[in-house]
Amino acid sequence: MAEQKPSTAIEAVESGLAAQGYIASRQIATAVYLSQQIEKPILVEGPAGVGKTELAKAIAAWRGMKMIRLQCYEGLDEAKALYEWKYAKQLLYTQILKDKLGEVLGGAQTLHAALDQLHDFGDVFFSKEFVEPRPLLQALEQPGGCVLLIDEIDKSDAEFESLLLEILSDFQVTIPELGTVSAITPPTVILTSNSERDLGDALKRRCLHLHIGFPEQRLEERIVESRVPGISQTLRRQMVGFIHEIRSLDLKKLPSVSETIDWARVLVLLQASELDTEIVKDTLNVLLKYEADIEAAQPQITTFIAKAARSNVFG
Amino acid sequence: MRENIHRFFRAARGAGVHVSPAESIDAMRAVAQVGFSDRTILRDTLLLTLAKSQDEKLALGDCFDLFFSQPEPRQEQPEGADEDPSQDTDQAPSSAAAGDAGGGSPQEELGPLAQMLLSQDRNATAAAIASAAGAASLSDIRYSTQRGIFSSRILDAMGLQRLRDDLDQLTATNPALAERLRAALDALREAVRDTVSQGLALYAREEAENLRNDILRNAPLARIERRQVAEMRALIHQIARRLRERYSKPRKRQRRGHLDVRRTLRRNAAWGGVPFLTAWKRKHRDRPKIVALCDVSGSVAQVSDFFLLLIHSLHEVVDDVRSFAFSSHLIEVSDILEAKSPEEAMAEIMSKVGFGSSDYGSSLVDFEKDFMSALTPQTTVIVLGDARSNNLDPRADILRRISERSKRLVWLNPEGRLAWGFGDSEMPRYATFCSVVRQCATAQQLERAVSDIVATYQ
Repeated sequence: MAEQKPSTAIEAVESGLAAQGYIASRQIATAVYLSQQIEKPILVEGPAGVGKTELAKAIAAWRGMKMIRLQCYEGLDEAKALYEWKYAKQLLYTQILKDKLGEVLGGAQTLHAALDQLHDFGDVFFSKEFVEPRPLLQALEQPGGCVLLIDEIDKSDAEFESLLLEILSDFQVTIPELGTVSAITPPTVILTSNSERDLGDALKRRCLHLHIGFPEQRLEERIVESRVPGISQTLRRQMVGFIHEIRSLDLKKLPSVSETIDWARVLVLLQASELDTEIVKDTLNVLLKYEADIEAAQPQITTFIAKAARSNVFG
Repeated sequence: MRENIHRFFRAARGAGVHVSPAESIDAMRAVAQVGFSDRTILRDTLLLTLAKSQDEKLALGDCFDLFFSQPEPRQEQPEGADEDPSQDTDQAPSSAAAGDAGGGSPQEELGPLAQMLLSQDRNATAAAIASAAGAASLSDIRYSTQRGIFSSRILDAMGLQRLRDDLDQLTATNPALAERLRAALDALREAVRDTVSQGLALYAREEAENLRNDILRNAPLARIERRQVAEMRALIHQIARRLRERYSKPRKRQRRGHLDVRRTLRRNAAWGGVPFLTAWKRKHRDRPKIVALCDVSGSVAQVSDFFLLLIHSLHEVVDDVRSFAFSSHLIEVSDILEAKSPEEAMAEIMSKVGFGSSDYGSSLVDFEKDFMSALTPQTTVIVLGDARSNNLDPRADILRRISERSKRLVWLNPEGRLAWGFGDSEMPRYATFCSVVRQCATAQQLERAVSDIVATYQ
């Protein structure tokens, strides 16, 4: 292997994602590159709104693949995630084919012979035709590969994790009546988690573990730049600086990247040219989602704006 | 380099990151993809494949930085530009003659270590130290007291004995060269010492922590020193995590073979009651409900502190905890503990009820008056205290009523069994109404006690 290859390949991932409007840090790009190379799922953890789901979307768009999303929730089971038999269709077909069956079985002389013949037809009703594929099976059946996003895995039950293990390590599932279904092209699997509960070690072992935290100031500025093109440079710097100050407070829910982008859009809509106390006070509810948080931040606004402006001058 | 990565896995285990063989295979595959040329990429790669949580990432990142910062062998001796060529010419014949081992001049009989030191080749020295460290199995180092022995082992493996002989000879024949060699040897010793210290930091951390935790686990909670309180808190968090992992598993167990007739009929109503789908009986297990009464009078306060910390970090396992603190009277402290950090909460509790002389009787009266409704047949009541009621009325009758209303009544006493019943201890009288009475003076006993309580619900 050439010396420069991996680093240039990682840069290619970075620019590829950037073209889709997703500004990735070096770590994220390395994770995406590695998951491609050694065919492992990525488990993405981090606070809400830092772009975990966006990452999957960006990868799918960049590679031109379909994205299949499985939203996890409590009580999700294999009938909803993997496959289900089309009971109604099976019943309907047996009714319609009643006569036909009678004909076929009519030739049999004894009960035993009829049973043997019936055995040959029995499998007809448990064939692929009658399987309703759910997201996980769909993902395996995509001929061109796909991006499988298993969103908020921490919301599902512990049993569901075990169900995923076979898919994550071997890209196959076993359906008792049909046998093992292997992936045509191994999908790129992204799992996201908000760390509401600790995931099992077996699941973690099968994944690359990527933690996305709040981005650095520079990176966040670039994200705002790519998402909200209409914003001026000074305002961008000021608002990102302000948000970084806010994150140093002890709040119930810290504003994350999605809030930053929303706020940038709001500021553009209000045609603000720079931050001042008035406009921040009016729009603080875009950033902070709890009344208690807003109250805690209120008295600090002026100092934070000043700080953000100062870092702007020197930075 | 492959060898290095394997050593790094050992170091990672030392840093508390669990690296299973399968994970190390994955990591090797990933490393094979990215190569060794770029250190930041290598770091990211190892962090992605080995670490499985944010804490592990931090620990592993530190471990990586430490591991790949090789201590450079220091060579402080100023080296004149004119001396270098002369030395090279010195060396060339000597190394050639070393193979012959003939009777040349004493200089030519120098051992390989001496030659290397005199040649001032930093890279060669570093490589020699690394390979000698491997030969001395430095990665087996466990305690800081082993530093000396490992240093000398490494030096021996490098050929110190030969160097000493060389030095003795040189002192007689060529004092100037001997002086240089001696200085170089000092520098080497220092480099080896650094290597060993680094090895200790890398490989021995787990062992040292285990040892310290072991001591801490068996130390009496009531007499713990102030500087150890933070460590103890960390230990309690560990215990809580272990209990969570053990007991937060699913609590429904199917009882195969017992048909649940009512649910089967209901489920098959659509088919006219023909049982297509069967439903089996399930045994539902409750999550523990706990009511904790903690004595916070002077002698027991510290133990209560740790106990409350443990109970309140078991959210996944325990459904419902209500905590009460008392010394001369009793208040509910659940909200304080939920809302504040452990230190602040404990300070507030202490300022409200702490440090009084304990009066079990009136505290039990307080409890019966206001909180008796908190008890259900699923509740386990835990009383933590030394049952020393200063010769006041113990009101054991209230404890009997509490015991009758609840699933179990567990008394944890920080005092040793021998002291029960002596002086003003009312323990024997209370003990008749308790399901279990056990001593609870150390973290280990605390863990066992809580573990047993939770296990009765499984």
